[in-house]
Amino acid sequence: MVGRALNTLKVVIIGAGPAGVRAAQTLVAAGVRPTVIDEGRRAGGQIYRRQPDNFTRSLETLYGTEASRAQGIHDTFDGLVDQIDYLPETLVWNISDGRVFAVSEKRETTIEYDALIICSGATDRLMPVKGWDMAGVYSLGGSQVALKSQAVSIGQRVIFMGTGPLLYLVASQYLKAGAGVVAVLDTSSFIKRVVAAPKLMSAPDALINGLKFTLALKAAGVPVLTGIRPLEITGDVESGVSGLIFETGAGEHREIKGDAVAMGYHLRPETQLADLTRCEFAFDEKSHLWYPKVDEDGRATTANVYLAGDGARILGARAAEVSGKLAALACLKDAGAPVLDNEIMALRQDMACWKRFATGLREAFPWPAEQAAKLPDETVVCRCEAITAGELRRTVNAMGAKEANRAKAFSRVGMGRCQGRYCALAGAEIIAAAAGIPVSEAGRLRGQAPVKPLPICIEDDEAAAAISTVRELTK
Amino acid sequence: MSQSVNNQSDVIIIGGGLMGASAAFFLRQRNRSVTLLETGLIGQQASGVNFGNVRRQGRPLFQLPLAGRASPIWRNMNALLGEDVEYIQSGHMRVCYRERAELADSFETYAREARQYGLDLEILSGNALRQKFPFLGPDVYAGSYSATDGHANPRLAAPAFGRAAARLGANICENTEVVRAEKDGVDFRVTAKGGRVFKAPVLLVTAGAWGNALSEQFGEPVPLTPRGPNMSVTEPVPYTLMPTVGVSTPLEIETVYFRQIPRGNIIIGGSTRAASYPDIRRAYVKPENTLTQLREIRRLVPALGRLNIIRTWSGIEGYMPDSLPAMGPSGTTSGLYYAFGFSGSGFQVGPAVGDVMAELIDEGATTTPIEMYDIRRLKPVAV
Repeated sequence: MVGRALNTLKVVIIGAGPAGVRAAQTLVAAGVRPTVIDEGRRAGGQIYRRQPDNFTRSLETLYGTEASRAQGIHDTFDGLVDQIDYLPETLVWNISDGRVFAVSEKRETTIEYDALIICSGATDRLMPVKGWDMAGVYSLGGSQVALKSQAVSIGQRVIFMGTGPLLYLVASQYLKAGAGVVAVLDTSSFIKRVVAAPKLMSAPDALINGLKFTLALKAAGVPVLTGIRPLEITGDVESGVSGLIFETGAGEHREIKGDAVAMGYHLRPETQLADLTRCEFAFDEKSHLWYPKVDEDGRATTANVYLAGDGARILGARAAEVSGKLAALACLKDAGAPVLDNEIMALRQDMACWKRFATGLREAFPWPAEQAAKLPDETVVCRCEAITAGELRRTVNAMGAKEANRAKAFSRVGMGRCQGRYCALAGAEIIAAAAGIPVSEAGRLRGQAPVKPLPICIEDDEAAAAISTVRELTK
Repeated sequence: MSQSVNNQSDVIIIGGGLMGASAAFFLRQRNRSVTLLETGLIGQQASGVNFGNVRRQGRPLFQLPLAGRASPIWRNMNALLGEDVEYIQSGHMRVCYRERAELADSFETYAREARQYGLDLEILSGNALRQKFPFLGPDVYAGSYSATDGHANPRLAAPAFGRAAARLGANICENTEVVRAEKDGVDFRVTAKGGRVFKAPVLLVTAGAWGNALSEQFGEPVPLTPRGPNMSVTEPVPYTLMPTVGVSTPLEIETVYFRQIPRGNIIIGGSTRAASYPDIRRAYVKPENTLTQLREIRRLVPALGRLNIIRTWSGIEGYMPDSLPAMGPSGTTSGLYYAFGFSGSGFQVGPAVGDVMAELIDEGATTTPIEMYDIRRLKPVAV
């Protein structure tokens, strides 16, 4: 890639959220015409997701305190469209030998790249609870998408449960939209937030927003309980959720009624694409997450692969904008373009602030790893394949599987449609608890293509040509 | 048990795939003490990632006695091992396309000759074929149906043999990578990474794609090529496609096959094999191979075009130039035996290979013909 004229440099950006948009903007400013591939129908990503064309809610209604940031991302992207190759509603399903394999409308496109910037974002981090496989249980992110994109609520009396900033954000968005919010149940204790406050002060406005959400919920009479432990989502297969049984911080069991549950425990990075480029990963002890290794500016261990946004580190949307710029600058620098060191230094300093804030969030809203060991055997862990905690524990205890991929091979946990994206982290905690080993030793599931389900009817001219060539040659 | 006792046994097996794990099991049944050394975990490589075909038809006629010996083991495997390996006698269908109609004649010939080995095949074409298998595409011309073949779960079979062998007292050493094997007087001396030494008067090499690295140490290099299968699996749909179906064709790109499991997923294999990397113990699916496979499966069963695949995988298999394994005694060293290089078709015969090798080691001879697999037939590729 070094020495290539910038206007011939082939850079592919995957994802058009805050990181991808800022990366594209930075490259365009340097004279590169990148290809931006995005699964979404419209650019913006998750947090700044745009509503469908015929919806007319204001930015203020949609994004609240983040309206101006959302507008900034949208306007920037709209201004770039003529200077990039933009492929919306396109899924990258595999990456191999310097090529991205994408599918859109059941048609295959293969795109070569000199450099690849992956901005794959994050999804909800989930811990199973008995009954979470019933109709009416959604992730917090999914609940937010329903509201933001389709203006629908997941239920009439929604119980919000889990931990993390999204718990309060989505609950308050539901409240504001007029949906019924029954309660907000946080597994983290209030004291943790107090202890984390100095770190959260790295981004005072974000901290204040968070407090405002909580106050608004309380002002509306919504019970907000901390330090709880969910025991069971009640209901039945026919009619779905009827409520939630939980243990209060004081240790008493309580039941609360509702017809939907929105749950989640902060976020996890979407790393399968990085994995398919054969990046190395490292375990982060503090968050119990596996992250692809990156340098300060987002260079992965695989040459010419850069990672930015929450897919690289869970640091939030504002940090994603910074890391998207940084990754693009790193890419430009590696291509031999003149890049000002001062600019990089300033962005790195911004990142340091967001890292400190993210540490505060992680400490204030910790992943409840300890719940894994206590899950009743009959709790479904892998919802795609309907595998219970008991079955997973049996593969550890009776079949000797003490590593995530081995346990997957024996039990099918992580083998379904989601490829373990929603169950693997909890699965590893269950394996580790059953085997009596640290969760890092339970490892992580290897990424396998396709990243998301791929239609067998996919049309591909190259494959058709390859087959007919082989047939001709043997006639 | 002291370290020295632990490290001395009647037989050392190197390689814990289906061949090695079943050999350990059958040797224990014959009361021979066994140490099995496996670099990773039991059944993790070719034995664990293959398609899971438990198929006799289509094998060379001279292999049918070995394949026939495996059939009753598969049928009784759950009772034998005390675990479910998801074996189903679903039937197996081998089909040819209209443009290769001459293959239908070879199906007839094969069926006639296979009958003397106890393999009954039914040749179907025209309306009979369409009635019995309405899901096959219009290009399919004829088929050979074996009602007594089936499939099993490759992820479970070899580990189940390993655990059963361990219950019978075999010393199964996982995460034990062999760095050197030599004959030291009467005993073989096998050194593992970290310096652990194992000794036995008999050594059995069942190391799959890594087999040559060991046979070479005894002056018998073989032309073994590591390749990887091209596998996909669909989302689950109602269980309706009972037989395993595979295309018979001289063109590798057309050789697609599939099976459905009772929980609904359809496993698709074939059409190409890619390179694999024994040194790093990884294999990667090439996306372009997935795409040609999906085209070919649509030709075989057009209705599958309505489904999605949810996962692809590959693994490390060792291929010989004539697609036959090195199986039997060494040509250079007494007490040394081989069973590796099954060239992508070892799963069905696997348990019989273990059984035969145990018999050969225990009794000095086997009732199943294996001379055609003699390692001396193989000459290394000139460099």
